[in-house]
Amino acid sequence: MRKIQRDFTPREVMEPSSPQDMRRISRRSFAWAGVAVASTYGVLHWIFTRRQDNGIPWPLRRGLDVNEQVWTDIYDGKRKVPTYADSQITEERENGDEGLHNTDDDTLDDFDPATWKLHLVGSASDSDPIEITLADIQKLPHVEQVTELFCIEGWSIVQKWKGVRFVDFAAKYPPPTTDGSEADVVKAPEMLVPYVGMKTPNGGYYVGLDMQSALHPQTLLCWEMNGKPLEVEHGAPLRLVIPTKYGVKNIKRIGTITYSTDRPKDYWAEQGYDWYAGL
Amino acid sequence: MSAVAISEPRREELVIEKKHPLAIRWFHWINFPVLFLMIWSGLMIYWANRVFQVHIFGHQFFGKGPLFPDSWYSPDVPHWWPNWMHWTLTKGFDDSGNVRYSMWDLSSRLAEGMSWHFTFAWIFTLNGIAYVGYLVFSGEWRKLVPKPAAFYEAILVVLHDLYLYRKPLPVRKYNAAQQIAYTGVILMGGLMLFTGLAIYKPSEQSWAAHLVGWWAEKPGGEVGVTAYSVARFLHFWTTMAFLGFFLVHVGQVAKTGWNNFRAMVTGYELTKIEEVGE
Repeated sequence: MRKIQRDFTPREVMEPSSPQDMRRISRRSFAWAGVAVASTYGVLHWIFTRRQDNGIPWPLRRGLDVNEQVWTDIYDGKRKVPTYADSQITEERENGDEGLHNTDDDTLDDFDPATWKLHLVGSASDSDPIEITLADIQKLPHVEQVTELFCIEGWSIVQKWKGVRFVDFAAKYPPPTTDGSEADVVKAPEMLVPYVGMKTPNGGYYVGLDMQSALHPQTLLCWEMNGKPLEVEHGAPLRLVIPTKYGVKNIKRIGTITYSTDRPKDYWAEQGYDWYAGL
Repeated sequence: MSAVAISEPRREELVIEKKHPLAIRWFHWINFPVLFLMIWSGLMIYWANRVFQVHIFGHQFFGKGPLFPDSWYSPDVPHWWPNWMHWTLTKGFDDSGNVRYSMWDLSSRLAEGMSWHFTFAWIFTLNGIAYVGYLVFSGEWRKLVPKPAAFYEAILVVLHDLYLYRKPLPVRKYNAAQQIAYTGVILMGGLMLFTGLAIYKPSEQSWAAHLVGWWAEKPGGEVGVTAYSVARFLHFWTTMAFLGFFLVHVGQVAKTGWNNFRAMVTGYELTKIEEVGE
């Protein structure tokens, strides 16, 4: 009779059960382990050595594209981002002057906000670019909101913004629809062309946005920050605030807005970052 | 010859005993490289904004700067960094052509780190869900989850490991300290996943950050502390705590020996039993 002298329920014992049998089992298992280690190394080496697609190996770019599909489907424009009280506003922080400076010596360029006009390309009403003044934009209903801005580096700030909701702007200057029907930005946003591109007047910085995020009720075209007119470093005379995207999408000093069927190019997405950059 | 009835002496015998199910071995070993990739790419992300500091009784450790400050690795290899660890430093040059050493080559790789992190997070998540699902449905969780008495017993285990307690401990698949550590690390994995979601989608899925940092959303608290920053803090320090677990785990496995380690690969362990002749 065989008893296992231990104080717990005996578990499964192999028959036959000699050290030779253990060696046989070991050899087989460690051979599999070797295959697994080699495969892991192979897969990682393969990813590292793939062709670069805008700054990262293409399999990782495909990974970001899959994430974009998933989060685009989950997206709900009725979900609002948290807002804060004035007492929670943090110190101002200046970060990023791409598109605002002279490329040769890195100083801020001699841009004159007084003569600025916004160019709108690809609108439903006109095939030619439309010129829009700040006064035209300020005729639309104003909104004030205190929201958090998340930098892609990891830090965040809470700031107060004043401007017009992009959805109100788009209602006044509607994008074309994909089937040529009349645009209804509020009731039938899914019929609109799927993308919005924005760039600075000198073209040095540019962002691409999906239409549904652009039409989020807290996406603003702003001219005031923390109760003061926007400073040049913060994007005067008009900048984008889009709390459902990383800071990099919150373009300063918008020169041109383009409604588009094709995905607009994006400054940081060309350098390895996610194009969607949704939060 | 007269028959003399002598009971056979007890003798020990080695048998091959099943220890870890195949599924658990796969989940464990898939998790190892994936979690390593997640921590490596996570540090690339952290490197873009190294803010966390360690204060113990008001004294700030790791120099004046944040955790992993520049002074650790640039422009010279820090004098206290051991020679055998120099492989962790990559020689490079800054914009002015000066030599710089960067630890694990983590700096200026934010975009790359994010693309690895957000791709492999799926594998980490699916593997983790499959593992927990298996524990629940197979009943293996009963061996893993500590019972209330385990918290007392775990103290004895630690004392035993420190050679301060000599009496034999109850033999189970996992002792009390292991149960607490392994169950804790599963909870930490869940917390890493949850706080990861909270800082990945702080706008669209703001409920996640709200759940761990609701108190920071109300006015009156420290300005700049938001639910997002709380989630980010937890995400980082849970990972650091996991690294602590990892070091102890590897040390304990090395101490316990080959038979135990082999069981995590093969599933079987050689066990001494006593055969009683009759």
